[in-house]
Amino acid sequence: MDFDPVLLARIQFAFTISFHIIFPAFTIGLASYLAMLEFLWLRTRKPVYKNLYKFWLKIFAISFGMGVVSGIVLSYQFGTNWSGFSHLVGNVLGPLLAYEVLTAFFLEASFLGIMLFGWERVGDRLHFASTCIVAVGTLLSAFWILAANSWMHTPAGYEIKDGLYYAQDWLKIIFNPSFPYRFVHMIVAAYLTTAFTVIGVGAWHLLRRSHEEPARVMFSMGLWFVLIFAPAQLFIGDLHGLNVRDTQPAKLAAMEGHWETGGHVPLLLFAWPDEEAEENHFEFGIPNAASLIITHSMDGEITGLKDFAPEDRPPVAIVFWSFRIMVGLGTLMIFIALAGVALRFRGKVYTTPWFLKLAVISIPSGFIAVLAGWFVTEVGRQPYIVYGLIRTIEAASPVPGSSIAVSLALFVITYGIVFTAGTYYILKLVRRGPISDEPAEADLTSRQPHIFPGSASKREA
Amino acid sequence: MEFYLPIIWGGIIAVAVFLYVVLDGFDLGIGILFLSRESEDERDVMMNTVAPVWDGNETWLIIGGAGLMGTFPIAYATIMPALYLPLMIMLIALIFRGVAFEFRFKADRSRKFWDLAFFGGSFTATFFQGVNLGAFVQGIEVTEGIFTGGAFDWLTPFTILVGLSLLPGYALLGSTWLVMKTEGELQAHARHMANKLFIIVLMAMGAVSLWMVAFDQGIRERWFSLPNIFFLAPVPVLTAAVSFNLWRALQTGRETMPFVMAIVLFALGYIGLAVSRFPYVVPPSISIWDAAAAPKTQMFLLVGTLIILPVILAYTVYVYRVFRGKVRIGDGYH
Repeated sequence: MDFDPVLLARIQFAFTISFHIIFPAFTIGLASYLAMLEFLWLRTRKPVYKNLYKFWLKIFAISFGMGVVSGIVLSYQFGTNWSGFSHLVGNVLGPLLAYEVLTAFFLEASFLGIMLFGWERVGDRLHFASTCIVAVGTLLSAFWILAANSWMHTPAGYEIKDGLYYAQDWLKIIFNPSFPYRFVHMIVAAYLTTAFTVIGVGAWHLLRRSHEEPARVMFSMGLWFVLIFAPAQLFIGDLHGLNVRDTQPAKLAAMEGHWETGGHVPLLLFAWPDEEAEENHFEFGIPNAASLIITHSMDGEITGLKDFAPEDRPPVAIVFWSFRIMVGLGTLMIFIALAGVALRFRGKVYTTPWFLKLAVISIPSGFIAVLAGWFVTEVGRQPYIVYGLIRTIEAASPVPGSSIAVSLALFVITYGIVFTAGTYYILKLVRRGPISDEPAEADLTSRQPHIFPGSASKREA
Repeated sequence: MEFYLPIIWGGIIAVAVFLYVVLDGFDLGIGILFLSRESEDERDVMMNTVAPVWDGNETWLIIGGAGLMGTFPIAYATIMPALYLPLMIMLIALIFRGVAFEFRFKADRSRKFWDLAFFGGSFTATFFQGVNLGAFVQGIEVTEGIFTGGAFDWLTPFTILVGLSLLPGYALLGSTWLVMKTEGELQAHARHMANKLFIIVLMAMGAVSLWMVAFDQGIRERWFSLPNIFFLAPVPVLTAAVSFNLWRALQTGRETMPFVMAIVLFALGYIGLAVSRFPYVVPPSISIWDAAAAPKTQMFLLVGTLIILPVILAYTVYVYRVFRGKVRIGDGYH
């Protein structure tokens, strides 16, 4: 059989990294939330905070475990699938990835053990310190990996000798032009993803009238959080977009479905980009709005896709639609945040069924928005792996397509099983809800409930 | 510096890989032995002896990959495609092993499945780690810095022998770890297993060594030419002494010594392999100097590593100390 190795390698990488990013997107926020809950518990000694901590800790453990095992795959895929890339830019990006492991992974992995199993052994203070260390570790990890990723979009601080890329200025490499925007945008996205999960789980228990006290606490905490951060993300995203305009105009044109360079560009709400015909079908948009958003002036000029040779353009439809999905979900988040505060002032935030239901169905919103956002930025960088410098096709490994196809199939099966099981166990924990402290003591050992003599029968259904 | 930096980094990567082999080795060994006990209680204890630390142990594998990319990019860019399939299978096996830690304790009806996943993942990952090691030792075909071999070059009788040898090796680490961390019947079982495994490991080490000496002229010359033979003679002599100590420690009921001796045995085998292949980072053609990243890159990473690595080792020791002592049936530690 004949396989296109580069296409297969891209599909495989897209699949494994999309699967992976779901978990960090959730655990970055959840680690900080756990630190917050434990802090509140230590300060107030209200049992509700400890119960919530233990509840989310179990979910954290599952998510984090899935993030770890799927992340290890990536650290090898740079070589297995993209050895050309590793060879060309290993001198520049290799140390960033190594620093991620050294400063973040070891920290997270080691102190996670104490977080999960060590509370009675180390006491409150050291346990709280462990939670904080894990939370900081998740942020450090994001720092390094986003520095490396951003460099692939806006390379800086390098020099080329004999066709290879060498470091010239480490600070310019790490703090490359798109890094600050991407980093803040992603951290806030991760926090929002967690917040909408917490809000949704709280709302679900409020609808069922189960665990009402902890459900109110998480619902309320989450809504206050998103009231600040959902609108803030709009502002951050706008800044990020302006950065894309300056650094990756072809990507921006694809995001807007914009073909002809010119002013008075409409903001397209719907369109069917046709790459063959180099135009959109079924356009529907707001006149001048894209010019206004992107150049902050009604007649501002935006570079169109036709200014780039067809072989230098990213796939338009994927970028165009992923961007709309992301922004649409962001709008939904802002709506929920504002509706939440309006209902709160009327004293009905915990009791309005439509709002609670909306919150429940919005649980996946953050996850989908994160994935869509990454599709925009990564597909939008094509056909380059390092924007403007190295084409993806040059980065591939000398591996036959059949090997990649076989491993891709194995990944699909494996991740299918693992994702299904992980989601099932998380939903089981969610349904059981936070359990008050006394049974919770026995329950925390529910990591090993069966250890107690004769306890096999009292395993939860 | 251009001469010493690659040596320093070769040493650091070698130590990191060794730490992975020992630390995740006993985790994986427990997985290999997992189904040798029927009772769920005992399986819980076996898993709980490593549950708080396995994640940190596995991180040494990631630094092996990322560190290699940062310091020897050509080695990373040739070894990874050469070992494409066995690496991918190993990674997938590690996924099943890793999630089993969490899923098993959450499962009811599917617990048997995750028991099997824990065993199967550990077994498969170990076998393919051995295969990868064997394939590395036997050499990788490289032309002008690019892998030019075939998709199945890694599959030879020798690599299968190394894969099969690593299974009792990790199981020995796992069983001696259990001797240290458990008591009663489970400990007696672990000791019994260690006794048997120890013999198999010695035979396996002998077989791999003989094979290498018999079929690889470079390795034969490395070990048996003058004056090397005098400098290297201590390695097999020490191996014999350590083996005797391990055997005696198992017979005399010592609890910690068997694990320590098993680690030393691994260290000697590892040194033996390193000696056979030094200074090649992609045998038989690319040396650590050929593959080294630019001095500026190696230096940038070295400065941070020299600061951070001791900190990592310190808190790793701290975490092991927090969880020191026996793990008992009925010990649900939080």
